[in-house]
Amino acid sequence: MSEYAAHPPVGEEPEIDLTRRKYLTVATSAVGAVGVGFMLTPFLASWKPSERARAAGAPAVVDVSKMEAGQMITANWRKQPIYIVRRTPEMLAMLPKHDAELKDPTSTDSVQPEYAGNVNRSRRDDLLVLVGICTHLGCLPKQHFAAADPQLGADWPGGFFCVCHGSKFDMSGRVFKGSPASVNLVVPPYSFEDDNTLVIGTDDAGAAKGVA
Amino acid sequence: MATVVDPAKPKAKGLMGWIDERLPVSDFVRDHLTGYYAPKNFNFWYYFGSLALVVFVLQIFTGIFLTMHYKPSELAAFDSVEYIMREVEYGWLIRYMHSTGASAFFIMVYLHMTRAFLYGSYKRPRELLWLIGMLIYVALMAEAFMGYVLPWGNMSFWGAQVIVNLFGTIPVVGPGLVEWIRGDFGIADATLNRFFSFHVIAIPFALAMLIVLHLAALHTTGSNNPDGIEIKKNKDKNGIPVDGIPFHPYYTVKDIVGVGVFLTLFAIVVFFVPTLGGLFLEPPNFEPANALSTPLHIAPVWYFTAFYAILRAVPDQQFGALLMALAVVAFFFMPWLDRAKNNSMRYRGMVSKAHLGMFFITFIVLSYLGLQPAEGIYVLLARIFTALCFAYFLLLPFISKADGNGPVPERVTYHAH
Amino acid sequence: MRTKIVLLAAALAATHGLASFAAVGIPGEWQHWQAEVEINNLASRQRGARNFVAYCSGCHSVKYLRYSRLAKDLDISTEQLEQFLLPPGAKASDYMTTSMPAADAATWFGIAPPDLSLITRSKGADHVYRFMKTFYVDPSTPSGVNNLALEGTAMPHVLASLQGLQTAVFRNEEHRGEGGKPVTVKAWEKFQLDVPGTLSEAEYDLFVGDLINFLQYAGEPAQVTRQKLGVWVVLFLLVFTSLAYFLKREYWRDVR
Repeated sequence: MSEYAAHPPVGEEPEIDLTRRKYLTVATSAVGAVGVGFMLTPFLASWKPSERARAAGAPAVVDVSKMEAGQMITANWRKQPIYIVRRTPEMLAMLPKHDAELKDPTSTDSVQPEYAGNVNRSRRDDLLVLVGICTHLGCLPKQHFAAADPQLGADWPGGFFCVCHGSKFDMSGRVFKGSPASVNLVVPPYSFEDDNTLVIGTDDAGAAKGVA
Repeated sequence: MATVVDPAKPKAKGLMGWIDERLPVSDFVRDHLTGYYAPKNFNFWYYFGSLALVVFVLQIFTGIFLTMHYKPSELAAFDSVEYIMREVEYGWLIRYMHSTGASAFFIMVYLHMTRAFLYGSYKRPRELLWLIGMLIYVALMAEAFMGYVLPWGNMSFWGAQVIVNLFGTIPVVGPGLVEWIRGDFGIADATLNRFFSFHVIAIPFALAMLIVLHLAALHTTGSNNPDGIEIKKNKDKNGIPVDGIPFHPYYTVKDIVGVGVFLTLFAIVVFFVPTLGGLFLEPPNFEPANALSTPLHIAPVWYFTAFYAILRAVPDQQFGALLMALAVVAFFFMPWLDRAKNNSMRYRGMVSKAHLGMFFITFIVLSYLGLQPAEGIYVLLARIFTALCFAYFLLLPFISKADGNGPVPERVTYHAH
Repeated sequence: MRTKIVLLAAALAATHGLASFAAVGIPGEWQHWQAEVEINNLASRQRGARNFVAYCSGCHSVKYLRYSRLAKDLDISTEQLEQFLLPPGAKASDYMTTSMPAADAATWFGIAPPDLSLITRSKGADHVYRFMKTFYVDPSTPSGVNNLALEGTAMPHVLASLQGLQTAVFRNEEHRGEGGKPVTVKAWEKFQLDVPGTLSEAEYDLFVGDLINFLQYAGEPAQVTRQKLGVWVVLFLLVFTSLAYFLKREYWRDVR
């Protein structure tokens, strides 16, 4: 209510229906606010990955036939490094032995597809597929696969070590106690087109074929 | 300035009081909104100032988001616009809002200027207000022209070629100047980059400052009105103009209606006819810039075509460019060319009304002619209407002096609804 | 309402006298032929896409359009996409480029076949329609055909097997030239079908119409979404404006 409305300069005092005025003000403001919300939607949406980015983020196909036991290769999917490790039977044998030293041994609080919720955190026992980005602040953990690595001490079972802030992960990407990172390394969705062809980015290689 | 809160004015309490002691927010709101008294008899023509401001904000906003996806490079510009149109989510909407907004801005500004002509809003004491407004208009022309080059379509390229070459008609320095503006021996990457910089930073910044000055000047002199009489001459015992009403809430609610109508029309164009049959987005601009192929028919976008028609009407290159520049400059002199006692056309004679009406027709006809190919009857018509255009400015001092002195009412004309 | 808006736009376009769309070349009735664009006809756009891939994409790219986007917008399944549209070795996320290297194309035709992503936007659907309809036999050209809409075109009549081969019948018209002197102008009168194609004239018209609907879509893939969304936006704004109007009227009862 303005002063003016209360004291009109000329003419007789008009009958002012303040209820109606208030009601209309609220209604107009509310619809206007909804309108502003609608208006902002396309602008906010324009920040989402564009179709080009999505196309570039299509599943990555990796040939794993040439990989030797104990070897790691790095693939690229959605601008992220994907670590692929063919683990030796010795490495796999070590995995169940240090649960007590892990923050999340059963991967309950960590991110992985359902099929990678096991101790090996993998679809196929030997082949480990991880997003190679430390869950602490995003550095790239380095491979320290040899047990009792001189840098990491005699009881080191083999795994990954992030030099930025010292996070340690085992051979299935599970984080050790005492690390700044609180959850295990992320496992991306992946599947196998055949024994030697790994497809990163989709749970079902057959159905995803030909789709961006 | 020393006491931020004027003791004569009621003081706010609480948080607002705390802020007011440090930043005069309440004073500002009072001076420019709730305590700014505008004449109560504003009509249809008074919507377009606020609407021009709305379009300006819209252009800045959409422009910021387009800049996030656009690439100012000879090689990537055209592709990046198509990328926006196809691959960025809602990119097409943001781009169409911006391209339609460019035309909408000019429509609002032309209607806003029409109002000034109808009611003599440029006349004393509002000369400076008018001059700042004209600077906004010229800055807007530069902004629109450089923005038009950015999509790097074939019309962008050849439009830039033609307009930049206009500077070549300046004696002695011309040719060197053209090369300097382009930064290359033809319209090229360097040209695109400097136009981009001007379009997204320099000119919008200048426009924003000019708009602030324009509003400051308006709130110093107070608004004119359709009757062209000063409401400040009639004040009540509190020093408030009897024919004035506070801008807020009365004109804010009124302007919001204007914004609603405008946005509805704007949305109809954006969603259903974004190219408006080639008037807002020209077909040749959907072809990438090609230095080896001039479009069949070169015309600037509609808002420049009146001046373009003047340029083409003259068979001499230098004289044509000079006349076109003069047509823009002439507007600046309106406050001094119009020597009538009365501001408003309402209280001028038939001759003045006919004279102004003829000028409006002239401007529209010239705008139409500028869109047509320069051949046959169009050339002759362009010459006739160019002459009429200048006749308006040259005859104005005499007609206005003789025909603009009738009696004016004491109070504004207003009938309550 | 949409029809009205389209009519308004058409009226504006007509007064504007779009010179870039203006007919050039040998005068005649053909200059007034118009394409019937039905942008909401999904089946037509699907047929157009298939025909484009079958007959045009060997030389012409639609380089701003992805196969996957095409499939999504035109309701084409993954299987259909792979079976009918995707060239061997291409991924769904690829753009519709052509396998013909531009340099070779320039050698073969004297000019590289243009990308057609925006052809209906830059030249207009009517131009494309006239172009597709006015190939005629002309032994003086390297390809053996000429075109009324684009005289001296380097493009051979790719669809001759469908449309057949036609010769153009011209007549001379007397016009008053500059200074009132009579000038003889060559004008197009009609086409004569010499070798019939596999399609009747009506079928060929439909074929070209499908192609144009596809190209119209390819020129602006968002346009169907745009118009659908627009209806809601305008309705919303009308509600807002009416409310604002009542609010204004309410406040302005103070002013007298």
